[in-house]
Amino acid sequence: MPFNTLVAVSLVYVLFLFLVAFIAERRARRGRLRFLYSPWVYTLSLSIYCTAWTFYGAVGSAARSGLEFLTIYLGPTLVFIGWWWVLRKLVRIGRTQRVTSIADLISSRYGKSNLLGVIVTLMAVAASTPYIALQLQSVTLSFGVFAADTPQFWELPNQSAAALWIAGGLALFTILFGTRNLDANERHHGVVTAVALEAIVKLVALVAVGIWVVWGLADGVGDMLARIDASTLATWQLEPGRFAGFTFVSAAAVLTLPRMFQVLVVENTDERHLVTASWAFPAYLLLMSLFVVPIAVVGLERAAPGANPDLFVLTLPLSEGWGRLALLAFLGGFSSATSMVIVAAIALSTMVSNHIVTPLWLALSRGPAERGDVRGLVLTSRRLSIAAVLAMGYGYYRLSGGSEALASIGFIAFIGAAQVLPALIGGIFWRGATHTGAAAGLIIGFAIWLYALFLPSVGETGLMSAHMMDEGPFGLGWLRPQALFGIEGLDPLIHALVWSLMLNTLAFLILSMLSFPGPVERLQGVAFVNVFEGRSGARGWSRGQAEAEDLLSMAQRILGAQEAQLFFQAQAAGQGIRGFLPDPTPDFLAALERKLAGSVGAATAHAMISQLIGGAAVSVQDLIAVANEAQEIKEYSAQLEAQSDELARTARALRAANEKLTSLSVQKDAFLGQISHELRTPMTSIRAFSEILMEPDLPEPVRAQYAEIIHEEARRLTRLLDDLIDLAVLENRKVDLNISVANLHDLINRAAHAASSTRPERAFRFERDFPTEHMAVFTDTDRLVQVFINLIANARKYCDAEAAVLRIEVKRRKNRVQIDFIDNGAGIPKAQQGLIFEKFARLTDTSKAGGAGLGLAICREIMANLGGTIDYLPGQGGAAFRIVLPLRRRGDEPGRAG
Amino acid sequence: MARKATPLFLARRSYRRHRLMDAARLLPILGVVLIFLPGLWHPADAGRAETASALIYFFGTWAVLIGLAGALARGLAPALDAEDEAEGSVPATRGEA
Amino acid sequence: MTHKQVLLVEDEPNIAEAIRFILTRAGWGVAVEPSGSQAIARICEERPAAVILDLMLPGRSGLEILAELRADAALSATPVLMLTARGQGRDREAATAAGATAFLAKPFANADLLAALEAMAGAEPATGPATGPHR
Repeated sequence: MPFNTLVAVSLVYVLFLFLVAFIAERRARRGRLRFLYSPWVYTLSLSIYCTAWTFYGAVGSAARSGLEFLTIYLGPTLVFIGWWWVLRKLVRIGRTQRVTSIADLISSRYGKSNLLGVIVTLMAVAASTPYIALQLQSVTLSFGVFAADTPQFWELPNQSAAALWIAGGLALFTILFGTRNLDANERHHGVVTAVALEAIVKLVALVAVGIWVVWGLADGVGDMLARIDASTLATWQLEPGRFAGFTFVSAAAVLTLPRMFQVLVVENTDERHLVTASWAFPAYLLLMSLFVVPIAVVGLERAAPGANPDLFVLTLPLSEGWGRLALLAFLGGFSSATSMVIVAAIALSTMVSNHIVTPLWLALSRGPAERGDVRGLVLTSRRLSIAAVLAMGYGYYRLSGGSEALASIGFIAFIGAAQVLPALIGGIFWRGATHTGAAAGLIIGFAIWLYALFLPSVGETGLMSAHMMDEGPFGLGWLRPQALFGIEGLDPLIHALVWSLMLNTLAFLILSMLSFPGPVERLQGVAFVNVFEGRSGARGWSRGQAEAEDLLSMAQRILGAQEAQLFFQAQAAGQGIRGFLPDPTPDFLAALERKLAGSVGAATAHAMISQLIGGAAVSVQDLIAVANEAQEIKEYSAQLEAQSDELARTARALRAANEKLTSLSVQKDAFLGQISHELRTPMTSIRAFSEILMEPDLPEPVRAQYAEIIHEEARRLTRLLDDLIDLAVLENRKVDLNISVANLHDLINRAAHAASSTRPERAFRFERDFPTEHMAVFTDTDRLVQVFINLIANARKYCDAEAAVLRIEVKRRKNRVQIDFIDNGAGIPKAQQGLIFEKFARLTDTSKAGGAGLGLAICREIMANLGGTIDYLPGQGGAAFRIVLPLRRRGDEPGRAG
Repeated sequence: MARKATPLFLARRSYRRHRLMDAARLLPILGVVLIFLPGLWHPADAGRAETASALIYFFGTWAVLIGLAGALARGLAPALDAEDEAEGSVPATRGEA
Repeated sequence: MTHKQVLLVEDEPNIAEAIRFILTRAGWGVAVEPSGSQAIARICEERPAAVILDLMLPGRSGLEILAELRADAALSATPVLMLTARGQGRDREAATAAGATAFLAKPFANADLLAALEAMAGAEPATGPATGPHR
């Protein structure tokens, strides 16, 4: 197997992964996702649990300590077959609370405290960095195995160069597909698909080597079992302490490792996938470990003494001359390493960005909810975090010099991640768990882990001297890192596991019982613990002074304009309100917060909303609701609540209707006066001047001038009557539509041209994106152009900016097109936004406007006739109107379709 | 109408389903017992070659657990669709604090 | 005939032109003010013999201007002819209540306008609100 071939094959494989991720991403974007929503893809993506450490290291571990390697597979098996207890609840909570990472879950549960988020993030980074280094090392080592034949090509310094290339490539992949979606909380379909593919590759690779070993090198199952009992493994003794301890810590890790949480909870698209994964994932693990012992035994038989058993999977086929099989095994190991690093980097970068970078930025920039592009910030910080995480992994690899110390890193990382377990399990099953308890437990557990396990593992070159290991710090014997409190003779891993988790749990329980949870914490506690009991989340907001418009402009910057508008529109519709601005009810605020939490994490979302709401977030009523935990009234109150929700909705609709009626009746009353005024004003000029003209002694120029005035006023009168009749016809839906096909771009051009006579002296600029405008619309083009002219003319008339700019944005939405007209003026005050589409609703009563204030009313009627809508779009900076038009009318009936 | 307090007798089908949920809760406990069982008999006499049989035991147990989990999953999948019933029967998570 | 000054507060340029023409020919000095908000200042400054006030004005309604005028001791005597294009009975009542000396609905006959102004300016304001000629 020439080394160059190996490099070429790896490159092709990597390109193939890019391609698969890219295609999956594209299909997801087009909504053609069926296979992505399969429970099998979900199950396969979970296989990132099996990293290079398990791919190569399991054989090594079996060669060294027998069946003990099984523990890291049996622990997760227990968790998965027990999915009804914990996983089901975790996934449900993750979905209802829109959790973005394990740090976010802990932070959200304990009162949306960012402190906890930071602690968990730091722990995760500390525990994962060596683990990532381990993956890099395994790939470079496996390259090294192949390069052994060609020493002139593969000098030692090149190894770290290879690691650097690999780290860089992984960073590129992760940034490309991990932060590709602008909606940062969306699932990473490309990554998940690539990971699922790699899962198959590594399974096939390991099973292929296993089959070859059992039926090729050995003589079938019977012979294999005999060989096992003849090998050095035969005298293996099960050490109950280590066995139980490792099983437990593996079970904990499958829940708490950031990357596992990412695929298990965050990337979960459907709770029901868990049903399949509950048996299919243990089955995957079983297959992954089935041939580990045979490979180890045969490897020990045939390998040169002193060969690294960690690499038997590669060296065995190579030394027997099975180059292609070795290549497959290499790809399997490569897949294990890369998929782990990619997902870990995504998970860690989400945590770092949401819990450290974004809050810092929010704290540093004043009044941040008002300004700035949060979305851009979040994405940039994610990308930088990914690069930083991989750089740290690489740095650790260089520092540790690829030493043997890395071999035990797997369990060290597991034990570090397991420190989150008490806060996690306590948080979802025990309402009494508090922020103080969780923080204390995490900090103590983390500290012991660092002191007793992590720092000593870095070796003599690291921070702990041999002297300190033997004598304890400052000669305090009972503080020796690997014999705390004088308990000696324990395995260092078990020693650290027992002490860290025991003191962690104790601190968590005791301080939870002693401290008192804050209001938000109590609400979140109920929401988490009782996640299966109806209400999907706690309401945290009393009615605040937040203006829906401010909230919208904030949400737009985090979620993106389109998504935010859709969300607000849907919420408003739920309240029975038309348009984009729902009432800031507690329910709406809670929903908005959860939505934002999906992008920036619970703590940040909470902080951003509280900035806008101002003041206390939790009302007395909410607290009483929490305090009344009596089970008997729960059902009853749920009913009452449903009713009162219904009532509130009706009342709100009634109130809105009433307000509208009142203002309409004022308007209706004014309507006659208005009509009268609009008709009489030109009449007055006409009458006065015609009387003057009747007099004989008028000079000719004056006569001509006055005749001209009469003519002009008569035309104005005609226009007004035309408008009124037009409106009457449109309102009665008796209009004959002249449907034809046209290019939207041409229609906008026509309108822009026609409107150019309005205040032609003003500087006025259009901002348009021509390519998006080219689409065929099937409608009454003259009527549509009439609407466009109106909007453009309005902007020309009323936009009060120094240099007026009108932005026209066209977006296609399924079978509708959405056209926004946004100017850079002062906009329309909220109080009047509801009235502008009414007749004679000219906001200024100057007649310089030249119209009678019927323009927008006519526009609205035209759009209704065309089966579309026109709305005022708040929160855009200037006056903004949104037209939504079906690309094709349903049926032919000209009636109201909207 | 909403379900009032849990009814005294359930229809046959949902009675089955509830027993399946019980089984799903018990399965991991069974798993723990089976996996840690070897730890109990092992020290009997050391030095005899029994890694192969231990291997068979572990993988056998493992396969049985997977099979049971698969059977339960098949039975429980409809329960997740009809979420209401599943909710009505989660006594374990209530009323701590 | 003395050149009496009249201030015309009217935002429609064509109507203002018509009235200016009619009154100028009848021997009045006519000043036109198109904005409601400037009206009081102009009255203070120019002290016209009479004011013709449109009811619907940009900036400020004619009724408000009238009320302020009547509240001002120095100006309260100025006779005011209200013009309105809405032609509802309520406008007439409102104008009278606010202290209009006379009231005329648009469109009006040119002769009526002149007559109303003349009657108003002739019957000196101290005698109290006179009933203007109704069209």
